[in-house]
Amino acid sequence: MNDMRVSESAVGAQDVKISARKVQVFYGENHAIKDVDVEILDRTVTAFIGPSGCGKSTFLRCLNRMNDTIPICRVEGDIMLDGEDIYDRRVDPVQLRAKVGMVFQKPNPFPKSIYDNVAYGPRIHGLTRNKAELDEVVEQSLRRAALWNEVKDRLHAPGTGLSGGQQQRLCIARAVATSPEVLLMDEPCSALDPIATAQVEELIDELRANFSVVIVTHSMQQAARVSQKTAFFHLGNLVEYGETGDIFTRPQDPRTESYISGRIG
Amino acid sequence: MTLPLLLATLLVLALAGFFAGRARAVATAGGDARKLHSVPAYHGWFAALAGLVPAGMALLAWRAVAPGQGTWQGFAVLAVAIVGMILAISATRGETRARNRVEGIVKAGLILCSVIAIATTAGIVLSMLFETGQFFSQYSFTRFYFGTVWQPNFRGDSELGILPLLWGTLYISLIALAVAVPVGLFAAVYMSEYASRRFRGFAKPAIEVLAGIPTIVYGLFALITVGPALRDYFAQPLGLGESASSVMTAGLVMGIMIIPFVSSLSDDIINAVPQSLRDGSLGLGATQSETIRQVVLPAALPGIVGAVLLAASRAIGETMIVVLGAGAAAKLSLNPFEAMTTITVKIVSQLTGDTDFAAPETLVAFALGLTLFVVTLGLNILALIVVRKYREEYE
Repeated sequence: MNDMRVSESAVGAQDVKISARKVQVFYGENHAIKDVDVEILDRTVTAFIGPSGCGKSTFLRCLNRMNDTIPICRVEGDIMLDGEDIYDRRVDPVQLRAKVGMVFQKPNPFPKSIYDNVAYGPRIHGLTRNKAELDEVVEQSLRRAALWNEVKDRLHAPGTGLSGGQQQRLCIARAVATSPEVLLMDEPCSALDPIATAQVEELIDELRANFSVVIVTHSMQQAARVSQKTAFFHLGNLVEYGETGDIFTRPQDPRTESYISGRIG
Repeated sequence: MTLPLLLATLLVLALAGFFAGRARAVATAGGDARKLHSVPAYHGWFAALAGLVPAGMALLAWRAVAPGQGTWQGFAVLAVAIVGMILAISATRGETRARNRVEGIVKAGLILCSVIAIATTAGIVLSMLFETGQFFSQYSFTRFYFGTVWQPNFRGDSELGILPLLWGTLYISLIALAVAVPVGLFAAVYMSEYASRRFRGFAKPAIEVLAGIPTIVYGLFALITVGPALRDYFAQPLGLGESASSVMTAGLVMGIMIIPFVSSLSDDIINAVPQSLRDGSLGLGATQSETIRQVVLPAALPGIVGAVLLAASRAIGETMIVVLGAGAAAKLSLNPFEAMTTITVKIVSQLTGDTDFAAPETLVAFALGLTLFVVTLGLNILALIVVRKYREEYE
C-alpha cells in the first residue's frame, strides 16, 4: 500500500487535494472566518500561521468537519476534497474524518494500552482482516511515528503513562494507522519540549511522502522548517498564501511582513 | 453560674481581649501599624483565642471529671481565660508572629473537626461491638451465621439464623440494581452526550427529584400500586404466588429510588471525561456511539463502578420500602414473587414493642446491625479500591 503511494508521489506531487472557496465560519453572531480561498496540495506540508484568535485552528477544523460537534458553529462556502464537496448532504462526516485525520494541540491518548490506542482506528473501520494484519499496521504506524523502538517492549502498557512527547507521537501513530489521505495537525508541538518537537518535525517531513499534511503553528521557525506552503491568517482573513520561502523572505502584504518580523501578533 | 451566662461572659472577655491585643500591638509599634509583623487584627485574634481556647479546654475537662455546674467552676474557667489573654497581650511585640500563630490555631481546629467525624464512626462501631458481644455470649456464633431459620420467640428458645434475612437483603438489592444500573447509566449517557443543554437543564433536576422523595412514599407506591399490579399481571397468571408483597415489588421500587444516585453521579463522571478524548476519537472517524462505548465509558468506568456500589449500599440499608413492599416474613426462596424480608426490617421489629435488653431476641438486632455495617463498609472499601486502581490520570 505504501509502496504504491511513494511511486505515485513523484508523478502527482502538485495535485490539489483540498480546495476551499469563499469559506465563511460563524460562531453564533461572531464571523470567525471571512472569505477564505485556499488550495492545499497533495504530498505537501502546508503551514497555517497567524496570531492567536485569527481563525487558523477554526479553519483547520472545517477541513474534517470537526466543527460539526460545536452546535453554534455554521460553515458556508465550498470545501472540496478530491473534487467532492465535503459539506454535501450525502457526505458522512464520520467517513470524511477517517480520510482526513487529525492530531490535536494537547496529546490526548485514550485510557487504553499503547497497542489499543493505535489499533483504535483500524478496528472501528474494519481495515484489517486478522490479528496478524492488525499487529502489522500497529507496528508500521508506530515506526512511522518514530515511537516503535521506545515502546515495542511495552505495547500493552497504558498510553497515558508515556511522556508528553511520546504521547504526541502515539497520537500521530494513531492518526496514521487509519491511513488517512490528509493529516491535520493543530499546534502539535505546543506542549512538547525542544527535543520532542524536533522528533515530531522530522516525522512530519517523512509523512509528506504519503500524506498531505496541514499544520497550524505559532512558531514561525517551525513553519519555515517543515512546510513547503504557508498561509498567513489575520483576523479571520487569509492574508497571504504561497511558497514558504517566498512568504518568509518576500512577503507581499504589509501585514504578513509585520507579523513575521514580530511587529503584530 | 449557668452555662449560657458563662459562655456569654467568655465571649465578652474575648471581645475585650481582641481590642486589647490589637491596641497593644499598635502601641508597641509606636502607633504605626505598618511596622508590625502582622496586621493588627491578627494580634487581636491571637489574644482572644489565647483566652478562649484554654478556657474551653478547662471547661470540657472539668465537666468530664465532675459533671454538673458550680460557681467555682465558672470562676475558674473565667480565670483561665483572663490569665491566657494577659499572658498573650503582655508578650505582644511588634515582631510577634500573630498571623502564623492564628493560622496554627485554625489548623488545629480543622484537624479537630475531622477527628470528631472519624471518632464518631469508631464510637458507633464500638457500641455495636459491645452489644454484639453480649449477644454472642448468649447465642452461638455458628447458629447465628449459618442458621437458615429465623423464628424469634420472646419466651425464649428462638431460632435466630441470619441467612434468610441476608438472602432477602441481597435478593432485593440485586433486583434494585438490575433496574437502576441500566436505566440510570443510559439516562446519564443520554444526558451528558446527546441531550441539548436545554433538555439537560430540565431533565437533570427532574431526575434528582426522585432522590428527594421520602422512602415511606416509595413504600406506599409499592404497597398500593406496584405490588397489586405485579400480583395481578405476573404472579397469578404465571402461578408464582398470591402475595402482593414480594421481593420483586420491593426490588423494583427500590430500583426506581436509586436511579438518581446512579444517573446523577455517572453523569458528573462522564462529564469529567475530557473533551479532548472525544475529539480524538471523533477525529479518527469514530461515530458518536463508538466514541461513547470505546473511549468515554471505559474512561469513566471506575467512577461509574463507584456510583453503583454507592447505590448498592443505599439499597442494602433501605427499610421502609421493604416493610411495605416485601413484607416481614423471613424466608429462603428463589421465587421473586414471594414475600421476604431484610436485615433492616428485622432490626426494627426486634427493637419495637416490649423489649428486654438482656434477651438474645433483642440483642440480635445489634449483631444484625453490625453485620450490615460490615457488608456496606466492605462495599465502600471495594468501591474505593476499584476507583483508585483503575483511575485514569487525565492531564
